Amino acid sequence: MMTSFFDQFASPSYLGIPLIAVAIALPWVLYPTPSSRWINNRLITLQGWFINRFTNQLMLPLNVGGHKWALLLASLMIFLITINMLGLLPYTFTPTTQLSLNMGFAVPLWLATVIIGMRNQPTVALGHLLPEGTPIPLIPVLIIIETISLFIRPLALGVRLTANLTAGHLLIQLIATAVFVLLPMMPTVAILTATVLFLLTLLEVAVAMIQAYVFVLLLSLYLQENV
Amino acid sequence: MQRTRSICHVIYKPRPTLCSLTSLHFTPSVPRCSHHLEVRSKMADKPVALAQKKLMDVKLGQLPSWLGTRDFTPNGLLGSVRGGYERYYNKYINVRKGGIGGVAMFLAGYIALSYLWEYDHIKHDRWRKYH
Repeated sequence: MMTSFFDQFASPSYLGIPLIAVAIALPWVLYPTPSSRWINNRLITLQGWFINRFTNQLMLPLNVGGHKWALLLASLMIFLITINMLGLLPYTFTPTTQLSLNMGFAVPLWLATVIIGMRNQPTVALGHLLPEGTPIPLIPVLIIIETISLFIRPLALGVRLTANLTAGHLLIQLIATAVFVLLPMMPTVAILTATVLFLLTLLEVAVAMIQAYVFVLLLSLYLQENV
Repeated sequence: MQRTRSICHVIYKPRPTLCSLTSLHFTPSVPRCSHHLEVRSKMADKPVALAQKKLMDVKLGQLPSWLGTRDFTPNGLLGSVRGGYERYYNKYINVRKGGIGGVAMFLAGYIALSYLWEYDHIKHDRWRKYH
């Protein structure tokens, strides 16, 4: 059977149940509901602190109409961060490497922001297609360009997340394979490569968090334009 | 019921110790001699119906009949999953000075589950002889 490095991204299933189902359900288990006590246990306190800080930060540029989206954006952020970080553990499957999942997040949420803008304030929403201070001869071209950029947004959101995570996992697997193969032949080179692998893993941890944040941040920006 | 002769040479008299006098919490007086411990535990064993027994208390021969008393309806399965979750949560996470151990054990279990789940898939990887 032909084995390629892309086989790690095929969704494995056991007894008919795909692992992606377990991987998607897992973040829900990791964040317990806070009880009604005044002081909770350490895990819930940490979790509450992080969610409060993040939501506060995210809602700063949004006006009151955008605050309705606080729950959705905060839960989306927690979900993406958890899934990305869990995917860095050995043998686990990362659902966000699947383009279908990321497009499933990006397209409906982007479309919701556009529809809200068009419904509530159509003039302002259409006005965003023409930046202020454009020279008059450039206006027709610029409107076409801005419309294209508007429609490319969901594609960019989904593909950005997919590509970053897929590339990271692929690099990790490639360099790890190189270390294993080099170890009997040239141990010094193998050790250098192992150092590179360690640094890459640290980068991947950062990328996992950053990409989730960027996704949600851009969504909040699109919301800010339209609300 | 056989009468066992007393083989213990120690006369058991629970005495107040320094620990029990000065501590602010309840210090039960437990006999240290194994004979007295055995007598106490035999007095504590009451006959329990099979359905109410926990899994670890069921004898091997009684296992099929014990399984017959369990609730395998969807509601019952959901209840047992929820019960398992609550037991784990209250033992390892919802404690006053919880550490990383509770979450780490859970993640280790998740790694093991993922390995089992995709072994059939990764055994075809030709870069390594053993997976």
